Amino acid sequence: MPKQSPVPDELDQPFWDACNEERLVIQNCVSCDRLQHPPEAECFGCGSGNELEWREMSGRGRIHSYGVVYDNTVALRIPDQPFNLAVIELEEDPEITLVSNLPGVPLDEVEIGAAVTVIFEETPATGQKIPEWQVVE
Amino acid sequence: MPTPNRLGSTAPESIFRSQEGLGVWEHKGKVAAVGIGHSPTARRWDGTAENTIGAWCLMALRKAIDDAGVPPEEIDGLVFLPTTTTGAHWPADRPIPMDIVNAYETTDDPLDGIAKLTDTWLLKNMPELTNVKFVMAGMDCMSNAIAIAAQAVGDGMANNCLVLKAWHNLEGRYSHGGANAEETISGNQKWSNPYGSANSWGTAQQFQRYLWKYGKTKEMMTPFMVNSRRNGLMFPEGYWYQHRPEELTEEDYLESRWIAKPANLFDNDIPIHTAAAYLITTAERAKDMKQKPAYILNHAADRTIQRGLNQTLEEAQRSCASTGRKLLEGAGISASDLSFENMYDGFSLFHVFHMEGLGFAGVKEGEGLDLYQEDISIEGPHPVSPSGGNVGSGRTRFWMHTDSIQQIQGRAGDRQIRIPAEIGVSGGPLPLYHSDWIVWGASPD
Repeated sequence: MPKQSPVPDELDQPFWDACNEERLVIQNCVSCDRLQHPPEAECFGCGSGNELEWREMSGRGRIHSYGVVYDNTVALRIPDQPFNLAVIELEEDPEITLVSNLPGVPLDEVEIGAAVTVIFEETPATGQKIPEWQVVE
Repeated sequence: MPTPNRLGSTAPESIFRSQEGLGVWEHKGKVAAVGIGHSPTARRWDGTAENTIGAWCLMALRKAIDDAGVPPEEIDGLVFLPTTTTGAHWPADRPIPMDIVNAYETTDDPLDGIAKLTDTWLLKNMPELTNVKFVMAGMDCMSNAIAIAAQAVGDGMANNCLVLKAWHNLEGRYSHGGANAEETISGNQKWSNPYGSANSWGTAQQFQRYLWKYGKTKEMMTPFMVNSRRNGLMFPEGYWYQHRPEELTEEDYLESRWIAKPANLFDNDIPIHTAAAYLITTAERAKDMKQKPAYILNHAADRTIQRGLNQTLEEAQRSCASTGRKLLEGAGISASDLSFENMYDGFSLFHVFHMEGLGFAGVKEGEGLDLYQEDISIEGPHPVSPSGGNVGSGRTRFWMHTDSIQQIQGRAGDRQIRIPAEIGVSGGPLPLYHSDWIVWGASPD
């Protein structure tokens, strides 16, 4: 179902460009070897502003937790209520998290800790692709 | 007043005790809260001049001054929160009612006193405050304002300092318009909005993991919710007491509709329109005031920032544990010294994280819901949230402070805990982010 299209800015354009190429990249600080997401102008760990790079991820992760949204505030998502909304932790660093509607997982039948893999979903307004996550069978 | 930071606060971060290992607060027991003033409560502003949020601020401030028994000309400090929204903002296309604006002394911004606050508006409309020298704007919550005032009075920047927090609520549902109604999304919301959003989802997913991690059930929340509403119905200043004196039954809670499961409607606090003020003074000056001093034994702050897109349960737990250590260390007490706890509860599901971090009644991580199954009432040995919090009286983030002061002063009325109210703690709002906490004592030592 339709989702809002994220509008890239100068800072996060590489993330969204990679999504359109169906690759998941996360900002990494070369100086302190630390991932961070969402991207920032400076490293949250060491404050370095000029040693940030984009590192490609494996696309593997786990379901950290979830909720089932019945009364959501985003207009485009209202027709799909209720829906799963999960926190995904990345294999490379479980404290780096993204969110997912877990396509294919029945409502409220979410297994915390289950392995997931990234897919990419096109959003209708601009065609921008966004990361989504599927449970690995 | 200093230049505001990007969040509207003029308070330097050096005021706040946000680090562990600072030792006992240098002003422990030398500062106290004495006067309390509340406006009425309403679900929403009724559009009249006498019930603007500014008008209710003036009422709350004057009540606090009167309650303390201080001549207005002796007030020399004011700490306020410029933001008054519960989430409802004045619509850009809605005409501003100038007859209501002009019912008061005005500033350059016609929404001043209606949907925001400045010190200029407040002081112009309280001409009796002729001696205010110290003015500071805090961020978001009464907790932040009390911490600023406590440190300022302790440091000698003010002797009799008013703190004020107000919330305006307007017609209509908020969070449903603006960027949430668009087909594209910019800013920080771009990372989450495409997947949908609910305000309580962030806490709901933490609580879901908590249930999974410790083998607990959502039903174990019920005694806390019933108890909190019960306490709220004994809080004459609160919304449910004044407008909807209805008990919350187990069935009401468990059968309520979901918002973001496991958060249901009652786990989300109700936005209201109201204001409150306190008078913070020196312990020495407090001895001559009308009310017994509620001594401030410490204030502590949490400024932790989460690493990822979403604050995880484990990050919340680390944050709450650190807050607990800071609070106890700065007050020079242990958790077993606490007579009661008034940690924040809006959303209700994270109250247990705060309580565990504090170690209230000896609970450790994963044990808080078990405590809820025991006697947590005001009659019991471990009163949990005797204020009833936001659950019991509506969204303000200040009931827990009013109650803590009243408990210590022995004037909490029907809510007065049955064990001696010697030391208590209150504060909020969230784990991580920008939270502030106060330890209150009946004795300065």
